[in-house]
Amino acid sequence: MSDQKTNSIAFVADGTIPPSPPPAGETGPVKWLRENLFSNAVNSALTIAALLVIYVILSKTLPWLLNGVWTTNSLAECREVLQGKTGACFSVLTERWNQLLYGFKYPGDQYWRPNLALVLLLVAIAPVLFFDLPRKLLAFTAIYPFLAFWLIWGGTILAPIVALLGFAAGAFVFQTYGKSSFAIGFFGAIVAAFAVWLIGGALIPDGASDNAMLQAVPSRDLGGFMLNLMLGVTCVSLSLPLGIALALGRQSDMPLIKWICVVFIEFVRGVPLITLLFVASVMLAYFFPPESTVDLFLRVVIMITMFSAAYIAEVIRGGLAALPKGQYEAADSLGLDYPQAMRLIILPQALKISIPGIVNVAVGLFKDTTLVSVISMFDLVGMIRGPILASTEWNGVYWELLGFAALLFFVVCYGISQYSQWLERRLATDHR
Amino acid sequence: MKKTMILGAMAFAGLAAGAASAGTLDDVKARGKLNCGVTTGLVGFAAPNANGEWEGFDVAVCRAVAAAVLGDSTAVEFVPTTGKTRFTALASGEIDMLARNTTWTFSRDVDLKFEFVGINYYDGQGFMVPKELGVSSAKELDGATVCIQTGTTTELNLADFFRSNNISYEPVPVETNAEAQQQYLAGACDVYTTDASGLASTRATFDDPASHAILPEIISKEPLGPLVRHGDHEWGDVVRWTLNAMIAAEELGVTSANIGEMAAGTDNPEINRLLGAEGTLGEMLGLSADWAKNAIASQGNYGEVFAKNIGEDSPVGLARGLNAQWTEGGLLYSPPFR
Repeated sequence: MSDQKTNSIAFVADGTIPPSPPPAGETGPVKWLRENLFSNAVNSALTIAALLVIYVILSKTLPWLLNGVWTTNSLAECREVLQGKTGACFSVLTERWNQLLYGFKYPGDQYWRPNLALVLLLVAIAPVLFFDLPRKLLAFTAIYPFLAFWLIWGGTILAPIVALLGFAAGAFVFQTYGKSSFAIGFFGAIVAAFAVWLIGGALIPDGASDNAMLQAVPSRDLGGFMLNLMLGVTCVSLSLPLGIALALGRQSDMPLIKWICVVFIEFVRGVPLITLLFVASVMLAYFFPPESTVDLFLRVVIMITMFSAAYIAEVIRGGLAALPKGQYEAADSLGLDYPQAMRLIILPQALKISIPGIVNVAVGLFKDTTLVSVISMFDLVGMIRGPILASTEWNGVYWELLGFAALLFFVVCYGISQYSQWLERRLATDHR
Repeated sequence: MKKTMILGAMAFAGLAAGAASAGTLDDVKARGKLNCGVTTGLVGFAAPNANGEWEGFDVAVCRAVAAAVLGDSTAVEFVPTTGKTRFTALASGEIDMLARNTTWTFSRDVDLKFEFVGINYYDGQGFMVPKELGVSSAKELDGATVCIQTGTTTELNLADFFRSNNISYEPVPVETNAEAQQQYLAGACDVYTTDASGLASTRATFDDPASHAILPEIISKEPLGPLVRHGDHEWGDVVRWTLNAMIAAEELGVTSANIGEMAAGTDNPEINRLLGAEGTLGEMLGLSADWAKNAIASQGNYGEVFAKNIGEDSPVGLARGLNAQWTEGGLLYSPPFR
């Protein structure tokens, strides 16, 4: 019976029919194209228009990029090689890359020093940025500023050591006396640091920098993208704590502190950065005798730091204002004093809210460092606008140089932006 | 409060400038280095080369002064200045002299309290046209479109020139030299006008410089020269006569090539006085007897410097024009070395 059943009844299936592939219009790239690019008449028109635009852009830039000349010694030679064809003259980058990155006066055989400083910067900054890393790495972060100063400026190693000892003495005094009275600890620390610096500075023999292990490089010889990075990193890292202090000071109950902070923030925010830079380079030169001026780099760092600290203070004040009053009252009801309440309850929340704003200021600040070219410091843009475009070989090369500058800045700024987004995800605790 | 601060700063500036200007020559000798202000970069006039060494027409003046004072043309600290920072850098004592294609004007000389020690380049506003236009004089430019940088004196000079010649033009305002270059090449204007040296250096960057002509008319005066602070006449004399020595050397036929034999003594007493074989000119300046010899030997005479940096065989390709010796129809005229 069963035998007959299986053989004689033709339409009974003895297995599962394999699934047929979906129709050609409902699968793969075709489906994607239809759903995303050509779903209706308007979208189709837009798609075609966009394709046209992309084609026009690529047809202009690709030959320019691919025909690029990399090996000549001047713009005139580039034109000879190209024979009237479209093509970029990237030779300016291969010939002047060192000037673009390090400025034109940094000694060529010492380039390893800023390179090493940059690598060590990544090591030093890692435990600050990624708090999952072991906390012991922070010790290196504390030493790094002095190490980087010694690497980049060279000269005697005694100067950064004395500077480090001054900070160490200040920290020690604060640790010892700060517990009983904040004021004694704070001002005692300042006095101790200055005492160490004065005595130590007097002990460094004259001419110690002449035969130092690392050849001394004056600030005026720094330049290129290195200068932008140095200004950016220094000013952001200095202005963040200063901005927090100013934001807290502005909310303080003590009138003197409050008004100092308000006046500082409003004054600095009300003045264009370029004005501050002119003050740094031009006005301050009048106040010092010619031989004893404060280093121009330091003057510029102070001005940019002040500027960005005022902005960061306002960003953080926004974060503080966003916290419900209950958080402050909760901290008080737990019996925490002011520093504890700020450190444990208020600031962690306020800073988290402020991250996008702070990053915004940091990115803007980094790009603003190119403004120093107007006070004749040769940062990346200053090198391009000044020496390179003024040389007889490269006068007239604009796109290649400015494109290179844009690329360098984009890489750094995009990196900062990506980090901040990671940080926001990492700190997200509100289960939205 | 801001006003009093500025007044205070200015009073302080006066004091500082006064203090700094006491004995610049001695300061430079003690320091062993000349602080010379230059531009941040201008084709042919001052720019660092691929090795980071400064080169150019203005740079040569700095080096010549360093050679005259210190005997070493490399003992110069070049301080790059922008159009905005140059005068304060000089007034504050940050630099000892400024050689930065700066136009000698009344207000800069008198009001800003500087002393122009001479003129090393006579510039003036000129016109550039494509050769295919077939124009040989600016007076034929009736009805032309002119690319002109806004907010400059060149704009006013242009209006004056066209009005006094009773011809019309249509201005195409541009912001920077780079923009003007693009507009002109794209054919947005028939004529580009700016300083003649700027026109020449702009033309030098073109794909095909030979198809553009600079018209012979020069419609304004732009005498460029090195300057020092008011009130330090000894130092001003050193810079002035170093420049004059370079100009006189060309007139007298002294070059960096033949200076060795000339310095040993010649039949021409002026050459002997200039190069220190006779007389005590160096001593009067407070320098060594061979001051001018050092300056000329290191940089060459005026003509050599001109030819090397901006002359007709250089990429900038400027003709001598007004900057020829007075004996050849130019304006260069050094007072006698006596």
